[in-house]
Amino acid sequence: MYFPLQDIEAAKLNIDDPEHLRIHSLETFGTHDGPGIRMVIFVQGCQFRCLYCQNPDTLDVRGGTMVELRELVNRAIRQKSYFGDTGGVTVSGGEPLLQRSKLLTLFKMLHEEGINTCLDTNGRLNNAQVHDLLEHTDLLLLDVKHINDDIHHKLTGLTNRATLELAAYRESTGKRMWLRYVLVPGWTDQEQYLEEWAQHFSDYKTVERVEIIPFHQLGQHKWKLMNMEYPLKDTPTPSEEIRQMALGIFNKHFDNVILK
Amino acid sequence: MKTDVTAVPFESGEWNKTIDVYDFVVKNIKPYTGDSSFLAGPSAKTTSLWDACKAELLKERANNGCLAVDTETISTMTAFQPGYIKKEDEVIVGLQTDQLLKRSMKPFGGIKLVESALKERGLKPSDRVIDIFNYAKNHNDGVFSAYDSEIRAFRSKHILTGLPDNYARGRIIGDFRRLALYGADQLIKFKKADFEKVGGEMTEHKVRLREEISIQIGALKDMIKMAADYGYDVSRPAANALEAVQWVYFAYLAAVKEQDGAAMSLGNVSSFLDIYIERDLAAGIITEEEAQEMVDQFVMKLRMVRHLRPGSYDEIFGGDPTWVTESIGGILHDGRTKVTKTSFRFLQTLYNLGASPEPNLTVLWSEQLPEGFKKFCAQASIDTSSIQYENDDLMRPNRGSDDYGIACCVSYQPIGKAIQHFGARANLPKALLIALNGGREEHDGVQVINNIPQLPAGPLDYDMVFDLFKRTMSELARVYAKAMFVIHYMHDKYYYERAQMSLIDSDPHVDIAYGAAGISIIADSLSAIKYAKVTPVLNEKGLTVDFTIDGDFPKYGNDDDRADKIAQEVTHYFINELRKHKAYKDATPTLSLLTITSNVMYGSNTGATPDGRKAGESFAPGANPMHGRDASGAIASLNSVAKLSYSDAQDGISNTFSMIPKSLGDTREEQVNNLVNTMNGYFKRMAHHLNVNVLNRETLMDAYNHPENYPQLTIRVSGYAVNFVRLSRAHQLEVIARTFHDHM
Repeated sequence: MYFPLQDIEAAKLNIDDPEHLRIHSLETFGTHDGPGIRMVIFVQGCQFRCLYCQNPDTLDVRGGTMVELRELVNRAIRQKSYFGDTGGVTVSGGEPLLQRSKLLTLFKMLHEEGINTCLDTNGRLNNAQVHDLLEHTDLLLLDVKHINDDIHHKLTGLTNRATLELAAYRESTGKRMWLRYVLVPGWTDQEQYLEEWAQHFSDYKTVERVEIIPFHQLGQHKWKLMNMEYPLKDTPTPSEEIRQMALGIFNKHFDNVILK
Repeated sequence: MKTDVTAVPFESGEWNKTIDVYDFVVKNIKPYTGDSSFLAGPSAKTTSLWDACKAELLKERANNGCLAVDTETISTMTAFQPGYIKKEDEVIVGLQTDQLLKRSMKPFGGIKLVESALKERGLKPSDRVIDIFNYAKNHNDGVFSAYDSEIRAFRSKHILTGLPDNYARGRIIGDFRRLALYGADQLIKFKKADFEKVGGEMTEHKVRLREEISIQIGALKDMIKMAADYGYDVSRPAANALEAVQWVYFAYLAAVKEQDGAAMSLGNVSSFLDIYIERDLAAGIITEEEAQEMVDQFVMKLRMVRHLRPGSYDEIFGGDPTWVTESIGGILHDGRTKVTKTSFRFLQTLYNLGASPEPNLTVLWSEQLPEGFKKFCAQASIDTSSIQYENDDLMRPNRGSDDYGIACCVSYQPIGKAIQHFGARANLPKALLIALNGGREEHDGVQVINNIPQLPAGPLDYDMVFDLFKRTMSELARVYAKAMFVIHYMHDKYYYERAQMSLIDSDPHVDIAYGAAGISIIADSLSAIKYAKVTPVLNEKGLTVDFTIDGDFPKYGNDDDRADKIAQEVTHYFINELRKHKAYKDATPTLSLLTITSNVMYGSNTGATPDGRKAGESFAPGANPMHGRDASGAIASLNSVAKLSYSDAQDGISNTFSMIPKSLGDTREEQVNNLVNTMNGYFKRMAHHLNVNVLNRETLMDAYNHPENYPQLTIRVSGYAVNFVRLSRAHQLEVIARTFHDHM
C-alpha cells in the first residue's frame, strides 16, 4: 500500500463538522464529468489505492480545505446561468461517498436552487445513507475499474463487490447513470474482461452512456511531489489499436460509448 | 442570374418618404430560425478568385507585409483607374487602387507618418505630393499647433497613448446601405434639403454644419464618378441583390479609398442585403449558389482592404488590422430576430474562403437568437476562432437602438444616426505609479502632476493610496479631455470623413470614446495593498522600482468580490471624472476597457506595479484578468469581468477567452452546446463582449516557429482578430503566454 488506508479518519469524515465539506479543489468550467457545463467539486479523501491514480494528492482524508456547504451552493448559483438545460454541479474526488451525509445536505440545497446534481464515484459503499444520497443524485457517474475481483483488488486495493452492488441498486431505482472505465495497458485492456464487463451491464436500462478514459501520464508529477513511487511510471498510454479494440467491444453492448 | 423575371416590390413605408433604412429593414426583413443546412459552398469563380488572392497574400508576406505602394497619388475616390483581381471571375468589383493589395497615400491625417511609412520601405512621396504639403495643412500639424505642454508631457510619458493625433481616427461608420436603397441622387437631394434648413442668424455651429453638408454632397457626386469608372450607375437605387451588394461595397470602398482611419467598420449590412437576396431567390432570379457567391466575393474584397502604416503603428494595432467590423444578428425592439439566411451566409465565408481576421465578424448575442444560429456561430468559432460576440440584450435596452453596428472593436454605434470620436487610451497603472511617486513619472522622475504629496516610507496604506490615485485620475481626466477636444476639432477641420458622413444624418449625436488600459493590474495592485503588506522598493531618486509583497491577496479573475469590486469602483470613478469636462461638438463621454494589442507596448513603458508585475511586463488585454492569475477556472474568470458595469464603460468591456478544443467537451456536439451555454451564461450576467478562441497552445507554438505553414491561422485578440503570423514576434509570444482554459 503506497498510502495508508486511514479507516478511522475516513469514518469520521462523514460525521464531523456536518456544515463543511472537505474539498481538494473546484473547477468552474467542468466539461468532462457529466453533461453540459458543470461546477466540479473535487473532494478530499479516498480509500481506493489505484495503481494509476491521477490525483494522489486527493487521497489523504486529512488534507484539503474545509468549505462551508452554503459557500459551495452560493458559488453554484453564480454559475447557474452557464448551466443551460444540461449542466449543473458534479461532485468528484477523491471519493465523494466518504462524505455522503454532507453531500446529501449539499444536493438537497442544490435541488432547492434548481441545480442539477451529479456524483462521480467508485462505488466504494452501498448502504442506506448512500441510497439516500442517490435519491438526490440526478446522474450517477460510476467508475467500474475492473470486472474481475482479483484484478480489481490488485489494481485498487479493494474489492469490486460494493461497486457492482451499487450499480445494481441504481438500476433498480430506474435513475440515470453513466459508467466509466479507465483503459490501462497491461491492467484493464484484457479482451475477455472487457467483454465480461460489457456483458455485465449490457441489460442495464439506466445506463445512458459509457465512457472509456484512456490512461495518461499527466498525473505523474503529483506522485513525485508526494515522494511516492509511482507504480505505473513506465506504463504507456493505450495505443490506437487498444483504444479501438475496447471501443469495439463496448459498442457491441451499448448504444452510446464515448472514447475520451 | 436570370434576367427575364421580375421580383415583387418591397413593402413600402416611411422609408419611401425620407431617408430611413431602418424602416425599410423592419418592414421587409425575413427572420430565419432554421439551421445551416441550406448553405452552399464556394462557386468555381469564387475559388479561382480566392486562389489568386492567396497567391498575392503570400507575396505580400514575403515582402515584409507590403506588396506594393503608390508614391505618386493622393488617394481619393476617383484618383485611381479601376482595379481588378481577375475580371472574368469577379461578380463584385472594386479595389482601393489599380492593383490588388497596393497601398496608397492618404496624407491628410499626417504627412509625416506617410513619409516615415514610406521611408521604412526605402521610398518617399513624389516631389509633387511633398510640395502640396508645403501649402496645405494636415490633421497632425493642426493638433500640434494647439497642444499645450501638459498634453505633450502626458503623451511623451506614455500616460496617454495611441492618440489619433498623427493618424486618422476612424470609428465613424457610414450607413453604407443608403447608397443601395436610395442611390446617390436621392441622397444628394435630401442633403440639399438639410442644408437649406440651417438658416437664421449664423453661429459657428451652423457655418460648420453648412460646410460639412456641402462637402458631403461633393462626396456623393464623387461616388457616382467612382462607380461609373467601373461601369455602374449608383446615382439610382440598386435594382436587385447583386446591385445591392455592389452598391454597399462601393459606398464602403469610397470610405477606404479616402480615409485610413484606425478602424473602419462596415456596420450591419448582412440582413439588409438579405432582403434583396431573398426577393431575388423567391422570384427565381438567382440561386442559393449565386447568393453565396455574391457574399463570398464581397467578403473577399473586404479582406483585401489595406492601408499604408508605419512600423510604430504596429505596436498599438498589431497585425495590420483594418476593422471592417460587420455586426450580425441581434433582436429587433418588436421581438423578432435580425438573424436572416444572409447572417449565415456571412459566417459561411469562413468555410468557403477559410478563416480570416477581416471582416471583423461580430455576433450580437441575445438569449432570444434562434438555436440554429447560435449553434452555427459556436461551430464556426470552434473551427475558425474568427468571431467575437457582444451582448445585444445589454446594449439594445441600455443604449436604445436596435439598428446599430460595432465601431472598431467593441463599441455600440447606431447606424446612420450617431457617430463616435475615437479617444485611444489612458494608462491607469502608470497613473497609479504617478500617485505612488508624488506626481512624478516612475522612470525619470519628471513631475507630471502637481499637488500629489509624497507617501510616507514603509508599507502602503490602502486608503491613502486610493485617495492619491483618485486625485491623479482626476488630473488625468482633465488633461485627457483637453487632448481629445483638440484632436477631434482638428480632424474635422483637416481630414473630415466626407464619404461616411454623407451617409449619416446631418449633425448627428457624437460620443467621445475614451479608453483605459490595465484595469486588472489596478484591481490586483490595490487588492494587494489592502489585503497583503506591500512595501515600495525605491531607487536613489526615491522612485519606485519594485514592490515587496508579504502575504497573499485576492486577485481579479476569480469571481472574488474583494478584488472585483476595486475594478468596478475605479472604472466608475474615472468615467465620472471624464464626464466633468467639455468635449468637442458636445460629445457624450463613454469609456472602454480595451487595449487592442497595445497591452504589450503599455507594459514595456510601465514600471513595476504593486501587484507583483515586473517592470516592462505586458498588461493583460482589455478587461482580462492578468495571465495565470485567474486560477479558479474559466467561469470564475468570466464572472469577474462580467461584474464591470456597462453603464460605466459604454464604449465596451473587452474580454478575450481562449480555450483548447478538448476543454469544451468530448464530442463536437458537446463542444458546440457548451460554447453556446458559455455565451448564454456570460451574457445573462450582463457581460458585454467576448472574443472566443478555440485552439491548442501547441498550434500557436508551431505557427510561431513555422509561420509559412499557417497563412490563415486567425486568433482573436482584444476586440478584433488577426492573422497570427502577421503579428510581431513580441505580440505572438504574449498571446502564447495568455491564460488558456485547459482543464481536462
